Amino acid sequence: MIQTLFGSTQQKPGFLERMKEAVTRTRENLSQRIEEVVAFTKEIDRSTLDDLEATLIGADLGTATTHEVLEKLREKADRKQIRDVDELKRLLKEELLAILEQGNMRPVQKVDGMPEVILVVGVNGTGKTTTIGKLAQVLRSDGKNVLLCAADTFRAAAIEQLEIWGQRTGTEVIKTKAGGDPAAVLFDAIQAATARHTDYVIVDTAGRLHTKTNLMAELDKMRRTAQRIVPGAPHETLLVMDATTGQNGLQQARLFTQSAGVTGIVLTKLDGTAKGGVVVAITRELGVPVRYVGVGEKAGDLLPFNPKEFVDSLLA
Amino acid sequence: MFENLSEKLQRTFKMLRGQAVLNEDNVQDALKQIRLALLEADVNFKVVKQLVDKIQDKALGKDVMTALAPGEQVIKIVRDELVEMLGQDTAKLKFGSQPPTVVLMAGLQGSGKTTTSGKLANWLKNGGHRPLLVSVDVYRPAAREQLRVVAHAIKGNIYEGQVTEANTGTVERLAKEARREAVNTGCDVLIVDTAGRLHMDEQLMEEMQLLKKLLSPQEILFVADAMTGQDAVRSADEFHKKLTLTGVVLTKMDGDARGGAALSIRHVTGQPIKFIGVGEKYDALEPFHPDRIVSRILGMGDILSLIEKAEQQVDKKKAQEIAIKALTGDGFSLEDFRDQVRQVRKMGSLQSLVGMLPRIGPFSGLQAAADKVDDKQISRVEAIINSMTAYERNHHEVINGSRRKRIARGSGTSIQEVNNLLRQYAQMKKMFKQMGKPSFARRMAGMKFPEM
Repeated sequence: MIQTLFGSTQQKPGFLERMKEAVTRTRENLSQRIEEVVAFTKEIDRSTLDDLEATLIGADLGTATTHEVLEKLREKADRKQIRDVDELKRLLKEELLAILEQGNMRPVQKVDGMPEVILVVGVNGTGKTTTIGKLAQVLRSDGKNVLLCAADTFRAAAIEQLEIWGQRTGTEVIKTKAGGDPAAVLFDAIQAATARHTDYVIVDTAGRLHTKTNLMAELDKMRRTAQRIVPGAPHETLLVMDATTGQNGLQQARLFTQSAGVTGIVLTKLDGTAKGGVVVAITRELGVPVRYVGVGEKAGDLLPFNPKEFVDSLLA
Repeated sequence: MFENLSEKLQRTFKMLRGQAVLNEDNVQDALKQIRLALLEADVNFKVVKQLVDKIQDKALGKDVMTALAPGEQVIKIVRDELVEMLGQDTAKLKFGSQPPTVVLMAGLQGSGKTTTSGKLANWLKNGGHRPLLVSVDVYRPAAREQLRVVAHAIKGNIYEGQVTEANTGTVERLAKEARREAVNTGCDVLIVDTAGRLHMDEQLMEEMQLLKKLLSPQEILFVADAMTGQDAVRSADEFHKKLTLTGVVLTKMDGDARGGAALSIRHVTGQPIKFIGVGEKYDALEPFHPDRIVSRILGMGDILSLIEKAEQQVDKKKAQEIAIKALTGDGFSLEDFRDQVRQVRKMGSLQSLVGMLPRIGPFSGLQAAADKVDDKQISRVEAIINSMTAYERNHHEVINGSRRKRIARGSGTSIQEVNNLLRQYAQMKKMFKQMGKPSFARRMAGMKFPEM
């Protein structure tokens, strides 16, 4: 299903089926590979574990995280004399889950009667606007009042794009003209939300590379603006990250956390073949958890992050 | 991370120094570091494996070159291999014999196709062409509006057309209309911006194939994000299989991503990287330089260019001879001193040379020394030594007052400057005698030029 300008239409029969198929296929491959190695060596030794390295690095976990995880696995495997493939897989998943569960950062508790402000940040082209559309849908279907704030005044047609999502989800968009001050439109949006007792304000920001210091400073200014009107705002700052991102994702997370106080990650484009394993490295280093995953272009394609399923797919 | 890696490499390579031949033992550590560097730079692990094997084959059994330390030589092999793999292609587009030349932009969502389309149109415009832009992205909200704004910003031509239904039929119709429009308005290049799509989305990939059949584009450019990780090989491979790409544009290169995806994509497609995107402005499109991205991928600053220079100009053997001479009783003559000065000069301006080195490890001393020296002083030192007779150069103790006067006049300097040089030289000679085995860098670090 593809959500288009003119609503949702036809096509792509069995999209989910195909995804499931692909996952099963690769999963089988991996089990097979492990079984082969095991059959060959009769017991799980260092070389078996070395083979898993490729899987983890191939999923973008990065060398440091991969080596840490495998080192722990080695110790356990040595100690427990593990011979069983399923047992080894279970242990590896346990290790990865343990890391993902370290992500214990929580949004700031909001004050009653005030809107909760969600700031959405990220580098260019990760899917911030699309994610906001989907997030509005999630909150709307939960019976909440939502206001969207078009604070990406820089990119061509970013405001129009958010407006279309507003129409699709029945959400009002507060905007200014292209090239306007993002902090000013944020101010307007939060004031409007406060006056109307709206539950949520979701703020779209312009994509920016984390290396552009002045643009990162702009995010800080927006945070301060939000705080002046609503105590504790922004309650949640979501970093939208593309699952195809490699090791640079870690640096993105570091710098966005520094300037914008990231409290959670949305991992987008997980419906492709990329695994998004860099989030394991991010959670390991920064303790920032993944909140949602994006799995398509429809309004309904935003799912709460499920660490178990994610780990399964990493090893698939 | 950057410094750590360079430091690690430096340390590894320091151990290699002084060994005559590269063998399995002494290159192993270096290869391990290189493997890590490539993986951290997001080069696909399969590509890394092939590369490292190839590098090992090339490195083993090689005689150590006189001008380079073995470790540096390994880096040189790596550099050469990567540059060769990336090819020497520059920013050139193929033009059809009959206008309009069609350029089809392809890629995943969010890679930067629309922005790149605008930049490309701007680049062509500046090159005297008349490009026409068209967006056939009828799927993403406001995608066509985005290209319209971009076209307006660069004062370029755009075919807008009408969209009533978001489907392949509309895409096909828009493409045809745009080509007709290009012919009618005398535009010689048609740039077709398409919807971002996943490589495994069969239906949308079929649409791309249809566009290709319909437009017979001279160029099908794959627009890829420089931050892409391991998955780059899969998407590039699929796009290439289905469309036969003709080139790649690597975007968002103004960030700090190491850009290993460039190697992965080049490896699976064999197609040249034609441009890189380096900013959000419409003129931020640059030709691709393989050597620059290789330094970036390896995270070694410009140490590679330094190796290149050193390799051409500094004769390590000569340096070694001087060192041995200096350390044995014979001593270090003014002639040797001049040779040293000349070698430094041959390598270009000292500041710029030293500026290329990382400010860490064995090089930090060299940096400190260079900061105190300016190139003019070096040429004065050389002039003074040139004004001496051969005998004087080898027996500095004979240089008395009247000889000093002559030398100062001959070199256009003053007696004080000659005195300074001789004093410095005497200190240096003494220092060398006390020193253990001096490396080139250490000698340099301790070396003081006369202050004049």
